[in-house]
Amino acid sequence: MHGAIKKALAGGVVTALATAGSVALAASGGITMDDVNMSPGVTAVGQSIYDLHMWIFWICVVIGVVVFGVMFYSIFAHRKSKGAVPAQFHESTKVEIAWTVVPFLILIGIAIPATSTLLEIYDFDDAEMDILVTGYQWKWKYEYLTEDGENVSFFSNLSTSQTEIYNAEEKNEHYLLEVDEPVVIPVNTKVRFLVTANDVIHSWWVPELAVKKDAVPGFVNETATIAQKEGIYRGQCAELCGKDHGFMPIVVKVVSQEEYAEWIEGKQAEAAQVRELMAQTFTMDELMERGKAVYQRNCLACHGANGEGGVGTAIKGSAIATGELGGHLNTGVNGVPGTAMQAFGGIINDVEMAAVITYQRNAFGNNMGDMVQPIDVFNFKKG
Amino acid sequence: MAHGPAKGISRWLFTTNHKDIGTMYLWFSFAMFILGGAFAMIIRAELFQPGMQLVEPAFFNQMTTLHGLVMVFGAIMPSFVGLANWLIPMMIGAPDMALPRMNNWSFWILPPAFLMLASTLFMEGGAPAFGWTFYAPLSTTYAAPSVTFFIFSIHVLGLSSIMGSINIIATVMNMRAPGMTYMKMPLFVWTWLITAFLLVAVMPVLAGAVTMMLMDVHFGTSFFSAAGGGDPVLFQHIFWFFGHPEVYIIILPAFGVVSQIIPAFSRKPLFGYDSMVYATAAIAFLSFIVWAHHMYTVGMPVAGELFFMYATMLIAVPTGVKVFNWITTMWRGALSFETPMLFCIGFLVLFTIGGFTGLMLSIAPADFQYHDSYFVVAHFHYVMVAGAVFSMTAAVYFWLPKWCGKMYNETMGKTHFWISFIGFNITFFPQHFVGLAGMPRRIPDYSLQFADFNMMSSIGAFIYGASQIMFLYNVIATIVAGKPVSDDKVWDGAEGLEWTVATPAPYHTFETPPTIDPAHAHS
Ligand code: HEC
Ligand code: HEM
Ligand SMILES: [Cu+2]
Ligand SMILES: [Cu+2]
Repeated sequence: MHGAIKKALAGGVVTALATAGSVALAASGGITMDDVNMSPGVTAVGQSIYDLHMWIFWICVVIGVVVFGVMFYSIFAHRKSKGAVPAQFHESTKVEIAWTVVPFLILIGIAIPATSTLLEIYDFDDAEMDILVTGYQWKWKYEYLTEDGENVSFFSNLSTSQTEIYNAEEKNEHYLLEVDEPVVIPVNTKVRFLVTANDVIHSWWVPELAVKKDAVPGFVNETATIAQKEGIYRGQCAELCGKDHGFMPIVVKVVSQEEYAEWIEGKQAEAAQVRELMAQTFTMDELMERGKAVYQRNCLACHGANGEGGVGTAIKGSAIATGELGGHLNTGVNGVPGTAMQAFGGIINDVEMAAVITYQRNAFGNNMGDMVQPIDVFNFKKG
Repeated sequence: MAHGPAKGISRWLFTTNHKDIGTMYLWFSFAMFILGGAFAMIIRAELFQPGMQLVEPAFFNQMTTLHGLVMVFGAIMPSFVGLANWLIPMMIGAPDMALPRMNNWSFWILPPAFLMLASTLFMEGGAPAFGWTFYAPLSTTYAAPSVTFFIFSIHVLGLSSIMGSINIIATVMNMRAPGMTYMKMPLFVWTWLITAFLLVAVMPVLAGAVTMMLMDVHFGTSFFSAAGGGDPVLFQHIFWFFGHPEVYIIILPAFGVVSQIIPAFSRKPLFGYDSMVYATAAIAFLSFIVWAHHMYTVGMPVAGELFFMYATMLIAVPTGVKVFNWITTMWRGALSFETPMLFCIGFLVLFTIGGFTGLMLSIAPADFQYHDSYFVVAHFHYVMVAGAVFSMTAAVYFWLPKWCGKMYNETMGKTHFWISFIGFNITFFPQHFVGLAGMPRRIPDYSLQFADFNMMSSIGAFIYGASQIMFLYNVIATIVAGKPVSDDKVWDGAEGLEWTVATPAPYHTFETPPTIDPAHAHS
């Protein structure tokens, strides 16, 4: 029996060492509170959530200390090897009632602040601006719903390179948390996000703005935030959405209201420019050049760098890409329902669509020789 | 009178003996535990460092999905059914289960179901990759063709569970020895009886969910597709109406095991038997009205959030009662710390931590930050591994000598406990940290600030995984060459009818019902 105690003690010591070791390991890496705890972030709601979280945490710690304290005292003092003689009591209605009622009261002490924080989160009224957030496999689209109807919209893709992901290059500081185009919002402004999805369920999560809302295809969810500090805040998709779920980050840039006004004007001007481009007629070379870029950004992941296919079918020598033009356009604009081939009509603009279709018809040895102009795409969509 | 088992393979194929069937369930679940564990090792190896090293993201998702499915449906649930088969008849003084032929079927349909599930790994498009919660439309419109086989195997698993639980209900209600009133039944029997009712209630709901998926995938319906007038969130409501009771289906039998073992090594009756029974029933009832706490972020109206938050918080009360009762059972006992007791104490400490994080998660506003992060992963591994698996391990050490008449190696058992305990905590404790710091779950690669803790987690996982080999070795070595024990009561403090039969337990027990001392309280 003595051996057993020694073993138990030895085990305890090892556990303690392991814990100490892990703490030391953590400390040596310069671990800060942000690495081990929730961040209050930069919103009032985030601060309330954080306070609530810490309140429950400390309640749990206190209960834990009491419960484990009693247990370890018993383990230490009431051992058979010390000659303990077992008592035979086995019930007491009084204590049962006590430890039913006391936890219940503690729960009320948690429920009250929890309810008020929840109501705070659910206050979406009086938003000063709306942004429609749409989840796609595997990127986010942001659409600023402005009052003058000049909506600005763009996609936000992961910008970390494949070479970094596959360890051929050193990973940068914002590895996997960087995008080609962040969503920009003004500081101290109530921004309402209308969240939805195009394919499967995603979830738009930015811890420091204290927002997480599921993006459900066919439904629009609401959430709101008021960022109180300028800066760049990073988040990720939180709902498993398929292969590249881990690779669709969110970057929110909170800027001063002046800077925001300037930025949105710039974006509106850009949009006007695209509208102008739509009316243009391009040469074959121009289309091929633009088309290659669009292909690499939007199609390569499934159709392969040389049109050889992968998740998607091969484009090289494909019946559709070397067939009648209308069919090819249809595949690009409307996708193939029930497959991974999405309807790209709402994802890329008409100039890009014209270019990428032309590119697919004339690259990889598909020498069709024909081209598609933005106006053709526009007319096709109109039906 | 007493006749032995048939010879050869037909003994196992055609057996209707509860002990044989229990043994098969236990071995099968251990095999699944190893398989599910192998998937987990692949996951942790990929997550050892930032960057993609070993597997592709698509395969990673298949691993997380299969790991969850195999562990929940293949390892934990069948292991407790195996335990129920072995113990319930012996604990209530019955000669066998009430429906022995059905018992044979409920086991034998399991291996083909898992074979089918595992075979999806070799199918075009790969195995299911939509998580063990298989949310639509990722699991319908966007799933690989193997989803059909997944649906079929879920149907078969559900069938097996329903048959198993009907059998348990019939046995407990009809086969108790004279004098074995309900309030005299050992708690393990009580928790299993309540679990069986939960299973009968929710398994058909799961079957309904996968059937609707099948319709959406093959027959043009749109239950879960908004484009056709359906609703993807409907899937989650149905799934979690099954899913939350399911987590209690996993933990209630574990509560039962702990309630048998702690009194034995405290040499003192279980404290608050009656309140333990009522608390179990209360938990079971509440488990039906809390499902949407898994869905706080789907966009429910605020009234819904509040209802599910309050109801979920309430579960902490009966759960707390149980923990307090176990600790009071130890209080002023004469404790000794053989391996089963060590695993039960490990259970007590770690399950309680999992209960604390459960309470935190139940708080809807805070869950907006916790949800779908590694904090949730830490929570459910504290309750499912340190809860269900630790208690199952305790059960094997505790009853193995009775089953095979030989004693396991205590030193190796204790070593197994300490390595498991340490490995488990190194694996899952840091996951609270990365979760709170913002790491989402189910991702094959992560940003650099999560690197240290993930590496720690992976190291812990390899330690925990390796320690299970020691467990397997110890069990086999005991069966083959353990030191024989002949006392009916293998443990001096153990109470209950199963300790009144010979050791090893004969092939048939209680062919004539035992007499139960009416003065004796419960066991
Ligand atoms: C997420 C993966 C994915 C992406 C990204 C993708 N496709 Fe596809 N694509 C597919 C799949 C899968 C098919 C096969 C559909 C089927 O089963 O008919 C396909 C088929 C096609 C076809 C028909 C080829 C044939 O002959 O079968 C064309 C044309 C096409 N895609 C164009 C595009 C264009 C243009 C882009 C980029 C703007 C693109 N695809 C991006 C997955 C993808
Ligand atoms: C005190 C009791 C408990 C409470 C209050 C509780 C609460 C919760 C809540 C609110 C969640 C959802 C978290 C989220 O996704 O954001 C959750 C997740 C989970 N819990 Fe518990 N829990 C408790 C005990 C248990 C037990 C006993 C088990 C199983 C043995 C369990 C297993 C799980 C699992 C598996 C999940 C994650 C499911 C998934 O999304 O994959 N919990 N729990
Ligand atoms: Cu996602
Ligand atoms: Cu739950």
